Amino acid sequence: MNPERPLTKNIQPGGGPLAIDEYEKRGGYEALRKALKMSPQQVQEEIKASNLRGRGGAGFPTGAKWGFVPMGDDAPRPKYFLVNADEMEPGAFKDRFLLEGDPHQMLEGAIICAYAIQADIAYIFLRWAYKLAGKRLRRAIAEAYEKKYLGKNILGSGYSLELDLHVSAGRYICGEETALLNAMEGRRPVPRSKPPFPQVSGLWGRPAVVNSVETVCNIPHIIKNGADWFKGLSLSNDCGTKLYGVSGRVKKPGVWELPMGVTIRELIEEHAGGMQEGHSFRGVIPGGASTDFLVKEHLDVKMDFDSVQKAGSRLGTGTMIILDDKTCPVGMVHNLEKFFARESCGWCTPCREGIPWIKKVLEAIENGHGETGDIELLEHHCRLLGPGNTFCAFAPGAVEPLQSALKFFREDFERHIREKRCSYR
Amino acid sequence: MLTEEERKEIQNELKRHSHKQAACVEALKIVQRHRGWVSDEIKDISEFLEMTTDELDGVATFYNQIFLKPVGKHVIRICDGVSCWVTGHGPVLEHLKVSLGINEGETTPDGQFTLLPVSCLGACDRAPAMMIDDELYGDLTAGKIDEILERYK
Ligand SMILES: Cc1cc2nc3c(=O)[nH]c(=O)nc-3n(C[C@H](O)[C@H](O)[C@H](O)COP(=O)(O)O)c2cc1C
Ligand code: SF4
Repeated sequence: MNPERPLTKNIQPGGGPLAIDEYEKRGGYEALRKALKMSPQQVQEEIKASNLRGRGGAGFPTGAKWGFVPMGDDAPRPKYFLVNADEMEPGAFKDRFLLEGDPHQMLEGAIICAYAIQADIAYIFLRWAYKLAGKRLRRAIAEAYEKKYLGKNILGSGYSLELDLHVSAGRYICGEETALLNAMEGRRPVPRSKPPFPQVSGLWGRPAVVNSVETVCNIPHIIKNGADWFKGLSLSNDCGTKLYGVSGRVKKPGVWELPMGVTIRELIEEHAGGMQEGHSFRGVIPGGASTDFLVKEHLDVKMDFDSVQKAGSRLGTGTMIILDDKTCPVGMVHNLEKFFARESCGWCTPCREGIPWIKKVLEAIENGHGETGDIELLEHHCRLLGPGNTFCAFAPGAVEPLQSALKFFREDFERHIREKRCSYR
Repeated sequence: MLTEEERKEIQNELKRHSHKQAACVEALKIVQRHRGWVSDEIKDISEFLEMTTDELDGVATFYNQIFLKPVGKHVIRICDGVSCWVTGHGPVLEHLKVSLGINEGETTPDGQFTLLPVSCLGACDRAPAMMIDDELYGDLTAGKIDEILERYK
């Protein structure tokens, strides 16, 4: 196995992050120096060639996304680059690791991204709960300004960038890129319709690119080592390494950087130490709360975008949550739908009304008040809230765990309704 | 009425922004930092931000960490995200409710603690987890909770 772990090599478990001098000693900000000697177009080309796909959930190619930004002297100004560090999806906790562990890596990445699209202003949109990450980022930003990696005429290159930290006040939808733009403008953070796409008309009507923390952290390494090196890190068609996480009833829950394409089995059995004593594996949501369950027959599926999709789910955030045999699948899905009902932004009717309805039905089933026809009713909602029927991807994501639970754990739903109780309690 | 200090802090915040409205979440947080919650003072802030009170209210009511009702001296946020739910959120919540003598969403009669549910703290590897004020606590058990609460009494 390829032992290279570029994203986490500077992270010392339990220790603080590297201060800027130490980061530089280990080769930090060399990629930025190199990028500033390239043209923005060349930086974009290198990222395109690397086939880097966005790590924020959807897996959209990063180079292609940047390619939509108007360039040149006639481009509207100012242009913006935003780092999405909202990470409010239940079960997802990997960006926190990068933010707390190596804030300079993310800053260096953000500056290169901003340079590639010739952004004038960059923002980091940080989740409120990440207090320690906030503290460390503030310090890193100050250090970067001091060393002239930020501000006017960076390292004498003629390129200037201001970067600021925005700490959010808690709402899952703020992680959706157009809602994030509304949040940054001080509006009610509901999603916007597309087109226009943010790359053309984003923040205050000006071009803006939103990238996820993990995506941004990959950038310095690709610039420094090249697209081919990046491809070589992976075990599959999707390139690079990936931050994977496992939580639930496993012996050693955690997050690890591994080659893209390790199997679900390897993650659970080797890295997470296997299931806790007295618990056995029943299923897994592979990529955070808004992905479809996979089960035993999928244990050898590779954790990359295409393989997980082929298996019927999504790689999402790459942080999996395990369902064990002592945990009620109906209860678990109820917990998830309660979250989605609470967090729906309420902008469009199907999602605002449909998810609370789903939640109520699941609650009834779990508490022994389920009725014949409830399963069909839930399936009906899954269809109506599926892709294309709502304003944003929140609702389709919300029904993913439910639709797959109805498929794989149907007998549990039926038994709850038949016996009018939850047999796990 | 905003206090002189609040006013100054908000003015300072406005300097960082080209559009005043962009500072509104920060302004709400400033008021909350001073008073624990955001009351009808919202009307005063909106003038500063060149927003209508309705616009500002629309923002304030959207975020779950802007409190529009008074809270206790310490806010306990108990995570009910899926990883915590699977690994023992139920017993942990029960223990908190009994120890504090309140339900989720309530404040103890002595005003010391408010207990709030929160959607995932991003500490799934240390589930079940909770946060008291700015401090995160993971791998919770009933015994651990008693010991932690002692420190805040
Ligand atoms: C409801 C919802 C919540 C999201 N939350 C996040 C988030 O917290 N962090 C993130 O990076 N992307 C999140 N996304 C995805 C973003 O919309 C966007 O695709 C991503 O930030 C783009 O970055 P990438 O191209 O680097 O992956 C969310 C999407 C939806 C629909
Ligand atoms: S799908 Fe849900 S979250 Fe998305 S816009 Fe509609 S109501 Fe809001």
